[in-house]
Amino acid sequence: MFILKRLAYMLPMLALISFLAFMLVRLAPGGPFDRERTPASPEIERALNAKYHLDEPLWQQYVRYLGDLVRGDFGPSTKYRNHTVNDIIAQGLPISLSLGALAFCFAMGVGIPLGVWTALRRGRWQDYLGGLAALMAICVPGLVIGPLLTMLFAIELKWFPVALWESSWHFVLPTITLGLYFAGRIARLMREGMLNTLHAEFITTARAKGLGEGAVVWKHAFRLAVLPVVSYSGPLLADLLTGSFVVESIFQIPGIGVFLVNSFQNRDYLMLVGLVLLYAVLLLGLNLIVDIAYSVLDPRVRYE
Amino acid sequence: MSVFKLRRQAGRLSYKVAFVAILVLTFTACVQKEPPADLVIINGPEPESLDPALTTGQADGRIILSLFEGLTRYKADTALPEPGLAERWDISEDGRTYIFYLRTNAVWSAGEPIAAEDVVYSWRRILDPAIACEYSSLLFYIKNGEEFAIGKIKDPSLLGLRALDAQTVQVNLNNPTPFFLDICAYPTLCIVPRHAINKSGDRWLTAYPVPSSGAYELETWRLNDKIRVRKNPRYWDAANTRSSVVDLLPCLSASTALNLYETGQADIVWDKELAPTELIDILKKRPDFHGFDYLGTYFFRFNVTRKPFDDVRVRKALAMAIDKERIVGKITRAGEKVAHSLVPPGLPDYASPPGLEYDPAEARRLLAEAGFPGGNNFPLFHYLYNNTGRNHEQIAVELQEMWRRELGIHMELRKLEWKVYFRAQNMLDYDLCRSSWIGDYNDASTFLDVFLSNNGNNRTGWKNTQYDSLLRRANAQRDVAERAKLLQAAEKLLVRDEAPIVPVYIYAGFEYYDTNKIEGVFSNMRSEHPLRTIRKK
Repeated sequence: MFILKRLAYMLPMLALISFLAFMLVRLAPGGPFDRERTPASPEIERALNAKYHLDEPLWQQYVRYLGDLVRGDFGPSTKYRNHTVNDIIAQGLPISLSLGALAFCFAMGVGIPLGVWTALRRGRWQDYLGGLAALMAICVPGLVIGPLLTMLFAIELKWFPVALWESSWHFVLPTITLGLYFAGRIARLMREGMLNTLHAEFITTARAKGLGEGAVVWKHAFRLAVLPVVSYSGPLLADLLTGSFVVESIFQIPGIGVFLVNSFQNRDYLMLVGLVLLYAVLLLGLNLIVDIAYSVLDPRVRYE
Repeated sequence: MSVFKLRRQAGRLSYKVAFVAILVLTFTACVQKEPPADLVIINGPEPESLDPALTTGQADGRIILSLFEGLTRYKADTALPEPGLAERWDISEDGRTYIFYLRTNAVWSAGEPIAAEDVVYSWRRILDPAIACEYSSLLFYIKNGEEFAIGKIKDPSLLGLRALDAQTVQVNLNNPTPFFLDICAYPTLCIVPRHAINKSGDRWLTAYPVPSSGAYELETWRLNDKIRVRKNPRYWDAANTRSSVVDLLPCLSASTALNLYETGQADIVWDKELAPTELIDILKKRPDFHGFDYLGTYFFRFNVTRKPFDDVRVRKALAMAIDKERIVGKITRAGEKVAHSLVPPGLPDYASPPGLEYDPAEARRLLAEAGFPGGNNFPLFHYLYNNTGRNHEQIAVELQEMWRRELGIHMELRKLEWKVYFRAQNMLDYDLCRSSWIGDYNDASTFLDVFLSNNGNNRTGWKNTQYDSLLRRANAQRDVAERAKLLQAAEKLLVRDEAPIVPVYIYAGFEYYDTNKIEGVFSNMRSEHPLRTIRKK
C-alpha cells in the first residue's frame, strides 16, 4: 500500500518537475539557434523555429511535449541534429550508470570500513589519520584529483589508460575520482553513526549479556549506525548514476553528465528537460528504495 | 502490509537491483573491444551533425569531407580546389556560367551512379527554406539562389542550376565569382544521397549503411565517444586512400587530448583549441608541434549606434592606443601575428591596405579633438565577451589597462554566457564586443562581406553605402587586379577610415602529430586535412 501510494505521488511530482524545467529554461536569454553566424535571412531562422515548434505558444509546446512523452518520445535535440534525446540517453545512460554504480561501490567499500574503524579507535592516532583522509577526500575536488591520479598512475606509472571508456582498465581512475568524495562523506557519516550507537543502552545490554565485541559491533551496532549512510545513499546514488560533468570531461567518457550541463549552455531545451526528468525519476525511485531499506534495517520504522 | 512481508519484498527487490547492476556492469566490462583503427585522430568537439546542409562547425566539416564530396575537393597540401566528383568544367567568357562534367566512375558507396540530378538535388536542398540551412548564403552566388532561399521564388526551375544530362550540370551565377570552385569544395556543398534522405528523412545519417560519395563510409557514430570511418572501395579515387579504418575522437579538454597523444592512444590532434595554453611555451619547441597561420581574425566591434562610439575619432583613438604586440606576445603566445586589417595575409591575389598602427600620442590627440582631452568626461563603457574559449578575459583586462593608461578612460568588463553573448551582439546591446571571423573560402570577400549594410553578421550598426558599392563593383569585376583594388578600397574604409571594428590578431594554432610516424598531413591556413592522404608509416 505504502509503495503504491508513493508511486502514485511520483506522477504529479514528475509532471510538476517537467513543467518547471520546461518553463525555467525558456527564461534564460538566448535561443538554440543563436550563434556566431546569423543565418542568411530571417526566413531561415523562422523555418528553424517552425521545424522545432519553437514558434508556437509555450503552453502548446508543453502539451505537445507531454503528449510525446507519454509515447516515450523525449523529442529532438536542437544541438545534435541527427539525434533525438532518446538516442542520446540510450547511448550515454548505460555508461553513466556503470560508472556511477562502480563509484558507489567504491565509496561504500572504502567509506564504511574506514568509518567503523575510526569510530572503534576513537581518539587514537588511527582515528585522526582516518579522519584526515576522509577530510581530504571531501575537500579536494575531482577537478584536482582526476588530473593528479592521471599524472601519477597513467602517465608516470603507466598502470592505467589516461582516458576513454573501452575496457575494465579504463574504469579504474574515473571510478576513484568520482567515488573519493563520497567515500569521505560516508566514512564521516559512518563514524558518527557508530559513535552514537555504541553509547546506546541496548549496546550496553548486549555487552552485559557477555557478547563478544565483534558481535556487538557488527550484529547490533552496525545495523543502526549505518542508517545515516543508507538515507544518504539514495540521493548519492541518483547523483552518481546520472553522470558527472567533471569526471566525464577529464576522462573523455561518453556518459550523459556532459550532456546535462551542455544542454543548458546550448539551450537544447528538450534535451535538458529530458535529462532533468531522468534525474528526477532516479532520485524519487531511489529515495523510495531507501525508505524501504530503512524498514528492513531499523525495527522501529514501520510503514502502513 | 506486514513489515515482514515488506522486508521480504525489499529483500527480493534489492537482490533484483543488485542483479541488474551486476548485469549492466558485466555488460559494459565485456563490451567487445573493437579491433583497433589504423589511425586515431582527435578531431575537436562532438559534431552537431554530419549532414552537410545542417552543420557549420569545422570539426563537423572535416568528417563530412571524408564521407561526402563536392564537385571539387581540397588539395591535401594547399587546401585549394581540385577536381572532385566533377572531373572537369568549362567556364564561360564572362565568368558567369559553369558547366561541370561529372566523372563517369563516380558512384555511391552502394554502387548506384552519382548523377547530375544528385548535384541539383543537393544544392537545391541547401537553398530550400524548409531545410533551413544556415550556410545557404554560400549558394546565393547562383542566379535566383537568394530569392529562392528567402521564399520570394517558389519554382526551383528558375534557379541557375540544371542538369543538362545525366553527367552534366550547368550553373549560372549572378556575377563572375572567382572563388566559386573553392566554394564547391566546401562541406556544405557536398553531394548527398537523395535516395537515402527520401527514405529515412531526418534520420538518414543514423540509418546504416549511409551511402557516401567520399573516400570513407560511416561505420560507427557514438556521441561523445567516437566516429569510425572505413575506406569506401567504390570511391573514384579509392586507389589513393591511404588508411582503411580511421577513428575520429571528440574531445573538448586540451589536457586530455595531450594525454591521449602522449600515451600513444591518438596519432593526430588537429584542432587548434586542443593545444594546452599553459604549456604552449614548452610545446611549441617540439618538432611534432606544427604551428600554422589560420584563416581567421580576432577583432572587436564598436556599437556605432551608441555615443561616444558614433564618433569615428573616438573609435580610432581606442584602436591606436592598443599595443597588439603585447597581446600576442604575453597572452595568446601561439605565434599569432598582430592584425591591422581584417583579411588575413596569404590569400591569392590580395594584400590588405595598411590599417591603424599603434600610436598613443595620435590616439590622445584624436580623443581630445573628439571632446575628451585626457579622457575627461568620457562616459563609462562596457566590453562584452563570452565565457567560452580562451584568452578572452585576459585580452579584455589588457585592453582595459591600456586604455586607462594611454587615454585615461575607464571600461568595465561584461562577461556573458555564449548564447546570451550572441543575443546581445545581435540586438546591438553592447558598447564594445569581442569578436572573431573565420574565412570559408580563399578570398577576401569571405571577410569583407560581413560588414555589408544588410549582412546579418555585421552587428555594429555601421552602414556605409560606399563600402557596399565598392564590394558590389568588385563582385562584378572580372579582372583580378582591378577587383583587388576595389576590395582594398573597401577594406581601407573598414579598418582605417571608419573603424567600426578593430582587428587585433590573426589566428594561429598548433596541430600535433609526429612526422616520423604519420605522413600525408600538411599545414595550411584553412586547417583542412583530407583524410584520404593520411596514414601511419
